[in-house]
This record gives sequence, structure tokens and C-alpha cells, in this order.
Amino acid sequence: MTGTSNGTMNGTPRKERPAEPLLVAEDLVVEYPSKGWRKPPFRVLKGVSISIGAGETLGLVGESGSGKTTLGRAVLGLAPIASGTVRFDGKVISGLGAKERRALSSDIQVVFQDPYTSLNPAMTVNDILSEPLRVAGTPRAEAEKRVRDLLDHVRLPADAGERLPREFSGGQRQRIAIARALSRDPRVIVCDEPVSALDLSTQARVLDLFVEIQERTGVAYLFVTHDLSVVRHISHRVAVMRGGEIIETGDAATVTTAPQHPYTQRLLLAAPVPDPQRQAERRAERRRLAAVLAAGTSTEVPTNASMSGDRA
Amino acid sequence: MIVFLVRRVVAGLVLVLVIATTTFALMGLTGSDPVRQIVGQTATQQQVTAKSAELGLDQPFVVRYGHWLADAVHGNLGSSWFSGESVTSSLENKLPVTLSIVLAALLVSAVLSTVLGVAAAVRRGALDQVVQLLAVLGFAVPSFLVALVFAVVIGVDLGWLPATGYVPLADSAGGWLRSITLPALSLSVGAIAATAQQVRGSMVDVLRADYVRTLRSRGISERSLLFRHALRNAAPAALTVLALQFIGLVGGAVVVEKVFGLNGIGSQATSAGSQGDTPVVMGVVVVMVALVVVVNILMDLAYGWLNPKVRVG
Amino acid sequence: MKLPDSDDTTGAVAPAVAAQGRAGILRRLLRNPVAVTCLVLLALISLASLFAPLLTSQDPARSSLTDSLAPMSGKHPLGGDGVGRDVLARLLYGGRTSLLGALLAVAVAVVIGVPAGLVAGYYRKWFDAVSSWVSNLLMAVPAIIVLLVVMSAVGQNTYLAMAVFGVLMSPGVFRLIRASVISVREELYVDAARVSGLTDARIIRRHILPVVQAPTIIQAAQMLGLGIVIQSGLEFLGLGSATQASWGSMLNDAFGNIYTKPELMVWPGLALAVTVAAFGLLGNALRDALDGTAVTGRKPSRGATTRKPGAEKKAPPVISEAQDTDDALLVLEGLTVSYPTAQGEKTVVDGVCLTVRRGEVLGLVGESGSGKSQTAFAILGLLPREAQVATTRLEFDGTELGRLGRAAMNRYRGHRIAYVPQEPMSNLDPSFRIGAQLVEPVRRHLGLSAAEARTKTLGLLERVGISDPERVFRAYPHQISGGMAQRVLIAGAVSCEPDLLIADEPTTALDVTVQAEVLDLMRSLQSERNMGVILVTHDFGVVADLCDRVTVMQTGAVVESAPVDQLFADPQHPYTRMLLASTLEDAEPRSALSLSRTVSASAAGAVGIAGTTDPAGVTNSAGITNTGRQEGPA
Repeated sequence: MTGTSNGTMNGTPRKERPAEPLLVAEDLVVEYPSKGWRKPPFRVLKGVSISIGAGETLGLVGESGSGKTTLGRAVLGLAPIASGTVRFDGKVISGLGAKERRALSSDIQVVFQDPYTSLNPAMTVNDILSEPLRVAGTPRAEAEKRVRDLLDHVRLPADAGERLPREFSGGQRQRIAIARALSRDPRVIVCDEPVSALDLSTQARVLDLFVEIQERTGVAYLFVTHDLSVVRHISHRVAVMRGGEIIETGDAATVTTAPQHPYTQRLLLAAPVPDPQRQAERRAERRRLAAVLAAGTSTEVPTNASMSGDRA
Repeated sequence: MIVFLVRRVVAGLVLVLVIATTTFALMGLTGSDPVRQIVGQTATQQQVTAKSAELGLDQPFVVRYGHWLADAVHGNLGSSWFSGESVTSSLENKLPVTLSIVLAALLVSAVLSTVLGVAAAVRRGALDQVVQLLAVLGFAVPSFLVALVFAVVIGVDLGWLPATGYVPLADSAGGWLRSITLPALSLSVGAIAATAQQVRGSMVDVLRADYVRTLRSRGISERSLLFRHALRNAAPAALTVLALQFIGLVGGAVVVEKVFGLNGIGSQATSAGSQGDTPVVMGVVVVMVALVVVVNILMDLAYGWLNPKVRVG
Repeated sequence: MKLPDSDDTTGAVAPAVAAQGRAGILRRLLRNPVAVTCLVLLALISLASLFAPLLTSQDPARSSLTDSLAPMSGKHPLGGDGVGRDVLARLLYGGRTSLLGALLAVAVAVVIGVPAGLVAGYYRKWFDAVSSWVSNLLMAVPAIIVLLVVMSAVGQNTYLAMAVFGVLMSPGVFRLIRASVISVREELYVDAARVSGLTDARIIRRHILPVVQAPTIIQAAQMLGLGIVIQSGLEFLGLGSATQASWGSMLNDAFGNIYTKPELMVWPGLALAVTVAAFGLLGNALRDALDGTAVTGRKPSRGATTRKPGAEKKAPPVISEAQDTDDALLVLEGLTVSYPTAQGEKTVVDGVCLTVRRGEVLGLVGESGSGKSQTAFAILGLLPREAQVATTRLEFDGTELGRLGRAAMNRYRGHRIAYVPQEPMSNLDPSFRIGAQLVEPVRRHLGLSAAEARTKTLGLLERVGISDPERVFRAYPHQISGGMAQRVLIAGAVSCEPDLLIADEPTTALDVTVQAEVLDLMRSLQSERNMGVILVTHDFGVVADLCDRVTVMQTGAVVESAPVDQLFADPQHPYTRMLLASTLEDAEPRSALSLSRTVSASAAGAVGIAGTTDPAGVTNSAGITNTGRQEGPA
């Protein structure tokens, strides 16, 4: 960490502790009670540790049921943490009381997957965006000005504020959700599959917006997704989850092009590439890997060279 | 499944017990004075005290309740304070009347609401409007008003069916059927309306479901699609509504029995209630709640049979 | 690369939609003639009861033997009842009893039910368990029995009885509120509000109360009707204050004179039925008005997009091959699909033409609203009945399908043309074992015996890669995983050896590793049986993996059709180029943060990291376009 990412939109420098990354989760265990009588609780996260520096994007990849969304919710205080800690800016934030947790709302924010249910359909965009500000005690006039700025930041027209969420397309709604997350200059935003529900071209533009905001404000992202190409595009570092555990971490280039863990390799090779020739090669490579694994001869991997060979 | 059944039976017993206790407490702890009513206004204080002792009313409430409960568990519900008749045996005489009309009404409701609901969902258009109208009418016209109209028009003016009285099944099957037709029909109008509405709603939902489209893509016949697949999936929701309606049927029987002059549990409840005849009221309440519990357990079993998610893990 | 500025950022919104959304529920309600009639009737009945002393000089309680069963006259406009009381006066004053009693009952039910439902639904835990138990208990008791007991114990007081009835109705309110609160609580916007630092009280006030308001009002209207019914039922039984006029006691009196003067039933019966029906219909109308505003955050129906003004300047479609239909399995020409809407006809598919040859995989690609799924369903004849479909030609293996009746079409569907859906779990009938669902079409189309069909089905399940076919055959859909369900659906589709398979986003709902396996399965089945396939998808990776030819659709029309290699190598239509440029597959990975910082710092002037260099960067720094994405397709 170079520790220079303390710039914020209102220019107030924030206290930085170079010793520790901005957000740290250590040995995090999340359990949900089981339905049955006296059954042991269902353990979704089995001791997960991650860290995110200021201004950094950590991509969290995994398939359904891997626990990636739960990890994001645990950071937000929306999942029951059985053991382990989450630290933000050096302070433990797991297991806080409701009041202390609310105080964190200016620092940690969220953008959810589904732009259709993450905005209250009965509230205008102005109300949605000013709600977090009003909670924080911002005077009305100031909040209104701030909302106009936010709409501008996410490239929505100023008159968007008067409308209801259902008057917008999926991509526009996701921009509104991003604006809401930005409203109080957070230092971390948990992004839970924020582009998965969007069309291809919309997805690309929304991702560009995420990158642009990060470069301007120095906010850090915990970016949860199932899509390796999305993660490659947005992340500085990547963690791969499976079955409630992190099985591989590393910088984005390495993990998404030459992964070490056989599961990550499978994940990468399973994603089809939009190029018939390269996809045929990738398919052959995937079958080879599957055959190797099935034969059980070795969990040793095909060489990195061959893995990245289907790129470029 | 066994565990499920045992749980439901225990829950039902608890319900009967709670209701019995509450009723007993209401009857026993409030200010009414049944003894004075029994012996008459002219009776001396001595007569009142004697009667109180005879009925056990001089004992503390908890003791009285304990006695009643102990007897009730052994099938003895005491005897009426006014007529002295055994509550158990008088219920035995009157239960068949009430059961006949209530169960007949349930059957009629189930069949007619299914037919109407499915037809409305599939055909839409005019038939749908008719079902919707019927639903509003069934809701708006209380069963005793329907009963009054039926009694006057069909029973008296047209004379097609008897307007009063009950013929036991053992005496004449035809007579029994004729005697319960009007009461059961008037009782079921509301239940048909509500349940047909639900059948229609869930059929429309199911027919919109993805799997119906997929079944259609396999070239399955429309009949199999409707009656094998769609109705099967719409049934559980309809059953839930029917179970709720049954509770209303039992209550409605009280009023309908009066209109058709049927000597059932309902009319007994009315007279015992207005007199404050605690043993009879207790007997009626326990039997009626038990009836609701039994039918609800049967409905739950049917629900489980229809819905594999309940039946198998 | 700068992507074409589409509707995503311009914020163009149809003004009609906006205006409709603001119209208050009350206004919508007043546009409904039924609702207006009900409101007027209820107002009249209420006013008549309220001003009863002005409308009649008669005392509703005074009986006179001379007026017993009196006919209609100037003194008694509606005649006299069995004991000579004035029927009109009793009708007017009786309305007071009924309305006030019902109001009281509903007030009690709402006062108990709403807070209990809010707390139970929002906080769950023990309060939910206890209150749900109590509510189930109350609902299991016939109300009229309870009221009988209460009245015999406490005395014949109508209003007390109605208050108790309110308690008995409260579980209905409680359950409704609880269910709504639980479903709202699941909504992501409530989570977002929590993350925004709202207190529970504020979340309930701002996000939950507005949602439960409407259903509560609807239910209250219906409970008012119910209250009047029960109250008159009690009075009819002779329970209730003897001195108080009420519709129920009037009916009781009429019942006593049913043989001598049955007309006495008419007035109270009518008053009762009209009032209750008005409340019921009003409730329904309220529900309709609310449904119209669609408060729930549902997606617009699939494929239903209004044509954007920008889409008018479309480039003409690019068809990169001769339309040689000699060896065609399916030829579709001039398909148009439209739906009637409040704003007029909405066309979702507009003149689509496509051809599939035997043994060829055609990819049908487009974004949401392009009409690709609607096209697929139109070929199968599976569009909803309100859809208006027109084709100039829909020829399958030499037969024109457009002219076939439902029964004749059913001989093609599932037999020669099969369908694989998108969402595996919702496309299996939850009430039937998987085996039964697969056997039924096989027996129907191939005329096999039950045993033969079973053997064939088990073989199919094994063929699609299910390791324990016996177990899956016996299983219910909820007992298997999504990936397995999709294999089952593919087995069902190919079970009668179709010539054409139409797959609608068959792998979109699956995890990427499962997707790869399912694509492999589809490829091997396709080549093994030489099927023609229409693969509807939005994913160019899937297209590259499986397709021979590609047809690209945009807002209901075909824009480009080409062999797969040609399409990827040299896309002709600007829309195709834009789509291909949007794929992230070829994007450079972002480098680790420390590295990117160093790089950016050295090129700060060019890239402009506003966050680090410009502390007051409130205004939109338009210069920042660094997205790390390569220009164009590789």
C-alpha cells in the first residue's frame, strides 16, 4: 500500500494506517440455523480470510453455493458471524451493536445484483438517493444538491430524480444503486454481482463506470461475481471461493489467465470464449484436464504456458 | 408422515383443551347467575343454595373444572342444568343432523368450486364473469339469508323439497337426502364462492407456469395437461381455503339449523347459550372444535399427499 | 473504444409511463364505475342511518298491536312488522347498529393485527412463534360459537360481541401483515436501507408500512362486510340487545312471520346484501387499482420493449449467404408477434426470417427485448394466447405448421420438434416424479407400453450423463440439482428423437462448469442424431462453442445472419460489432494496485487520477475514460 489514496470527494483527508489494509476478514465462519430439530447449523463460510487495501478491488469469484455472496453480506453485517473477525480501518466491526453498526454506514456501502428489487419501487429516485444523507443529518438543501451531483457522477440526467425506479432500464437502475452507494463517500463498496442481470453492452458500460469512480474517489471494492471475465476486467486481486473456503488468491492477471488451483483452472476453461477457433482449443484443453483429473494420476496441472496459450 | 400425524393430533388436542378451559372460565367466572334462572325468581335463598350445592357451584372454580375435565376424559360430559338430560347422549342424538348437513355442504363445495374454478380459468370470458359475480354474491349474501330464500321459494312456494325437519338416514335414505339438500346447499354457497375463486386463481397461475409450457412442448394432450398436471398443482392452495371455509360451515350450521327447524347441535348451542347452561355449552363447544380439528387433520393429510415437498424430504 | 450511447445513459423515458405512475390510486379507483357505484351506495346507506331521525318520525322500538303486519301506508311507508313496529324506521336505525358494529369489529381487528403482524414479521424469533400459534388457534374456532359463549357469559350486548368478533378476525389481519412484511424484508432494498444506516423504526415506517397499507385497506373493506354478516346472524338467532333495531333482528321477526308475510324479509335482506356486496366489490376494485400501479418491483414482461426513437435509424439486415432453402428443415418467413396493451398494439417480433438445415446448429443471438425467445416460442406454437402471431411461411420438413390445429400441432411438438427451456427447476412439474413426466410423452408419441417406455427413459437418463438413473427416475424435481434437472429436460426433449431442437438459453441458469458439461452433452446428442438446433442465447461464448450459423436480432428484427466463423471474424452490421466489442473476454486484466498506481502516477497527466491529485474533484471529470479494455474485437 502506498497509502496515497486518501483523497475523497469532499477533500477531507482520512486517517490511514499503512500497517493494515483497509478491510480485513480473518477466519470468518458464518452459520445459518438449520430447519430441522436439533440439526447442526449450516456452515456457509468455513474460516475465510481476505484483505482489501484502500482504493483496491478484490474480485471474489465462485459458483453458486460457494459462499461468495455470504462473505459480502458478512462484511455488511447482514449475515450471522459465528466466529472470526472483520476489521475495518483497524477496528473490529464484526459483532457490533445495531447503533455502532449504523455509524459505519458512511464508510461501507453496497450495490446489489438485482437492480429490480434493490430500489424501493414506491420511492422516487430523489428520495432513494437522499435517504442515506437525511439519516446522517444532512440538511435538506444540501442533500438535494448532493443528489444532483450524484446523478451527474453516474451519468444520469438531472431530471431522473423526479421519477420512479420502474421508469428506468436495468442498466440505469444499477446506476441509481451505485449513486446511492456513493452518497456518503464510502471507503469500501461491496458489489454483489452488480452486472450479472444486465445485457452485454450495458454490462460493459456499468463496469467502466465502476472503474472510473474508483479512480476518481479511491474507493475500494469487494466485487463478488461468478464471471471470470468480469472479474479480470475490474479487479486488482482475485480470490476464488468454493464450498465456503478460499482456494486461491493472487493478482488478477495470474488468477484469471494462469491459475494454480485445479478448480480455478476448470472454472477458467469452462467459460466459453467468443471465438470459434479459440473455443475449440479451450474445449480440447478442458477435456484433457478432465481426463487427467479423472485418471487420478496427479493433481499436477498442465503447464501455465498452455493455459494462457489460448489467449492472445 | 407418522411424526407429522402425531404432531397434528397433539396440536388438535391442545386446541380442544385450550378452548374448553377458556369457555369454562368464561361461563364460570363472569357475573351471570344461572341458578336463579333455574329455580325461578320466586324461589327462596335456601332453595338457591341447595340448588347451587346440587350442581356443585359452591365449590371453587378450579375444583369444578377439574371434575368436569376428569369426567370429560372418560366420555361423560355431565348433564344439563335445566333438563337434567345427559349431555353425551343428547349430543349423540343431535350430532348426525349437524354432521349430515356440514359434511354434505363440504362435499358440494369441493366439487362445485373445482368445476366452476377450472372452467373459469380455462374458458375465461363470460363464464369467468359468472364465477366472479357468484363470488361476490356468495360473499355478500349470508348463509341464513340464502336459507330463508330457499325455504320460502323452494320449500314453501314450489314445495319441491321439505322446508323443515330431518329424516334420519337409517329411516329412509331418500328422505334423508331430501331433508338435508336445502340446508346443505344454502350452507355451501359462501364456501363455493370463496373456494371457486381460489381454484380459479391458482389454476390461472399454474397454467402460466414454465413447466406447463414445457409439458405443452412435449405434445401432451390438453386434457392430461389440465386435469392431470395443472389441477394437481392448483389443488393444495384450494384445499387450504376449503379447510378455512369448513370452520365457517360449522358456525353457519348454527344459523341454518334454526331456519330449517333442524334439531342439531347448532340449535342446541343457541338455546343452551341463551340460558347459560354450562354443561351443554361445554359439550357443544368441545364437539364442534373436535370436528374442526378432525377435518383439518384429514385436509392436512390430503395436502401432504398432493404436495411431494411435504411428503418426501 | 467509445460505445454507442444507447438508452442506458440518456435516460429517455416514455412520458406516458411516467404520467400513469403518478396518477393516485384514488383517481384510478374513481375511474372504475363499479367502485364509484359502491362508494355512492355505501355513502347513501351511511347517511340514511346517520340521519335516521330526520327521515322518519317513527320510533323503531315502539310496537303497537294494531299495526301488526300493517301494509304499506302513509304512516308506515314500508308497513309494520310482526309486533307492529315501523319497518322503515327499523331499517334506518338498524343500519346504525350494523355499520357501527362492523366498524368496531374491524377497528379491533386492525389494532391487534397490524402491530402484531409488523413485529412478528420483522423481528421473527419467539414473538413470531407465539403469535402465530395464537392466531392459528383463534382461526380454528367457529366464530359464532365463541360469540354464543361470550354472550351467554357476559350478556346480550351487540357491541361487546362485535369487539370480540374483531379479536377473532385479527388473525386474518395478522397473517396478511406478517406475510407482507416477511416478503418485503427479503427485498434487497430493505437490506440496502439497513446498510445505509436506517434504524429499524425508520425502515418500518419508510419501507414496510407503505407496502402493507394497501392490503390492509382491502382486507378492512371485506372485513366490514363480514362483520355485518356475523352481526346480523347473531341478531337473527335472537342474541343481541332486544331494544336495539338491527337488520338481523328484522330478519328474525320476518322469519317468525314467514308463512303470513314473507315480504318482510325483502327490506332487511336487501339492505344486508347490498351493503356487504358493496364492501366486497369495493375491496376488489381497490385491489385492481393497486395492481394497475404495480407497486411490486417486477421486471417488465420478457421481450416487451417499446421501440426507441433511436432504433429507427437501423442499418439494413446483413444476410451473408444465399437463402438456399432446398435442404432446409425449417423455413420461417415474415414472423410478426404483437401484444395488445393499454397504449395500443406492441410489436415484439417484426418480420423475422430464418432457416435451419438438417443437422445444423443455428444460434439466435440478441439482448433482452430483441424478440429471440418470442421467435422460438412462435415456432413451437407456445406463445401466450393473447399474442397475435402472423407468418408468411412457417414450413417444417415440407409441412406448413401455421395452418395446423392444436391437436395436429401436438403430434409435431415433442415428437419431431422439441424444446429445452432456460430455467431447469421451474420447468419440471413439481407434483410428479421425474420418471412419470418423461414417460408420458414417449408413450403418447411412440405408442410404447409402460414397461418399454420406462426402459427407454432409463436409457435416456443414462445417456444424458446421470449416473444413477433409477434414483432420478423415482425422484421428485425438488430432490435433484439444477444441473441434473437440465439434463433431465434435455433427455425429455430428445426422447422421441426429434428432427429439430429449440433450446432457449439452455445454460444461462447454470454454473459455468455445469454449463460446459451441458454444452458438451448437447453437442454430442446433436451430432449423434443429426438434429437441427435453434440455440437462443445472449452469450457469444456459447455461440462460438456450439453454433454453425448465427442470426443476430435487435428489437424484434434480424440484423445479421452469417456462418459462425465469418460473423466473429468480420461482423458486418454495426449492432453486431457493438455487441462483440462489449464482450469482456479480450479485456486486459487489471494489474495489481501498487503497479497500477505507479503506472498511473507516471502518466498522471494523460489519465488523470482525480481521486489522488484533485481533492475537490466534485465535478464530473470527463477526461477519465481509462477502462483497461482493448479496442474492438481481437
